[in-house]
Amino acid sequence: MRSLTVGVLALQGDVSEHIEATKSAGTLLKIPITVISVRIAGDLETLDALIIPGGESTTLQKLCEREGMFQKMKKVKNIFGTCAGAILLAKEVLHKTSDQKTLALMNIEVDRNAYGRQNESFERVIETEFGQMNAVFIRAPKIRTVGKKLKVLARNGTEIVACEERDGGRYYLATCFHPEYTSGAFHKYFLEQTLREVVG
Amino acid sequence: MKKTPAPIVVKGTFKLKSGLADMLKGGVIMDVVNVEHAKIAEDAGAVAVMALERVPSDIRAMGGVARMSDPKMIKGIQSAVTIPVMAKCRIGHFVEAQVLEALAVDFIDESEVLTPADEQFHISKENFTVPFVCGARDLGEALRRISEGAAMIRTKGEAGSGNIVEAVRHIRAMQAGITELVDLLKKKNTKKLQTLAREYRVSYELVLKVVKLGRLPVVNFAAGGIATPADAALCMQLGVDGVFVGSGIFKSSNPKKTARAIVDSVAHFNDAKKIALASEDVGEAMKGQEISALQTRLASRGI
Repeated sequence: MRSLTVGVLALQGDVSEHIEATKSAGTLLKIPITVISVRIAGDLETLDALIIPGGESTTLQKLCEREGMFQKMKKVKNIFGTCAGAILLAKEVLHKTSDQKTLALMNIEVDRNAYGRQNESFERVIETEFGQMNAVFIRAPKIRTVGKKLKVLARNGTEIVACEERDGGRYYLATCFHPEYTSGAFHKYFLEQTLREVVG
Repeated sequence: MKKTPAPIVVKGTFKLKSGLADMLKGGVIMDVVNVEHAKIAEDAGAVAVMALERVPSDIRAMGGVARMSDPKMIKGIQSAVTIPVMAKCRIGHFVEAQVLEALAVDFIDESEVLTPADEQFHISKENFTVPFVCGARDLGEALRRISEGAAMIRTKGEAGSGNIVEAVRHIRAMQAGITELVDLLKKKNTKKLQTLAREYRVSYELVLKVVKLGRLPVVNFAAGGIATPADAALCMQLGVDGVFVGSGIFKSSNPKKTARAIVDSVAHFNDAKKIALASEDVGEAMKGQEISALQTRLASRGI
């Protein structure tokens, strides 16, 4: 069986939580997985998939840019971004800082800190493609609009909080909340999609 | 018509508090005293700013009672940046904490840098929606603060000293404490573990949790005396999750360069070449003082 090499962007944020969630998902799927902590551009070269964790989106962007990682990140065919990671994947960002740039890979419009400050952070059971799950939203963004080809995977009431996009052999997954805390379902699904893209 | 009940939205849970601390990992939190500083910090890549009227070295120089900052100053910084804004209240001063919560700061630092308001009790932090970070010098202090509801721990170091030695001492003391617990469980010496829990004045369950994790159950940052990119990376290599820099940035000769250099060194703390590159030509670091020359030792406040 083919093994997967999955990178977790490790410059800042809840990196260890994503590494654990990815390893657990690999065990569940019974596929051998190598998880790499990505800190320099060279780390991106051998990846089948990349996970961009939660963290501070402005910090993550600056560190990636200073490292000259943006172009190589864009070449990774399967990317999963949570919270700050979702902002980095978006083509459009509302309430960004003046110099904030993104990878601009997904046809989504994301509103940064859309719920407000930390006092508005919340937990709630939401409906997802993988059933109900408790979702943790921390100074979370909202996905305001999605492109036509995108599929919504979870909603909080009427708001889109998870979606995926397939684009000519590329696969992107974004969540506004932190599945790494409460459910292995999104990591498992992401690995399955990666496997599909890689093995065909 | 049957209506399915709306799912309950819960706020202020411990998961949300410790979760925000998780999101700060690998990052640098910078003390700022005005909007201009806050913008420099955000541009440099800080994960959060600490809004206060004076950096610790100036608090030392001023003397007198140091208190919570003016809400107007905090609001100014909140409107200037999009990253989380933290603020300090005095140890045990739960009304200052209520005020900061009313201002919707993202994190409260119950800090020994300000003059303590209560010599016996810290704030009962579980009564608040906003998360708290507290300073600690060793494992016992850290666990007492966690028992009171702290969602994040930082070393006390010696704030405003520009001298890393105390922060290093506190990181090592916490780790020695954890190693001791782990070894005791290996030797199945539960009696001594229970004695230590009593000595630390925390529950036996919390002690066992630390043993199981092999680390503190919350995020642990370094703080107090970090003045250079190498200081920050030293703390990271010693095992902390991130750093606070107080006087070290805005008391240096080139705050913009120093701020960015410290952010880069924390992100690449294991890469000496990158730390060398970041350290190049950053100008003069803050002057700093021998610990023995300090009139007031802040770290012994609120233990």
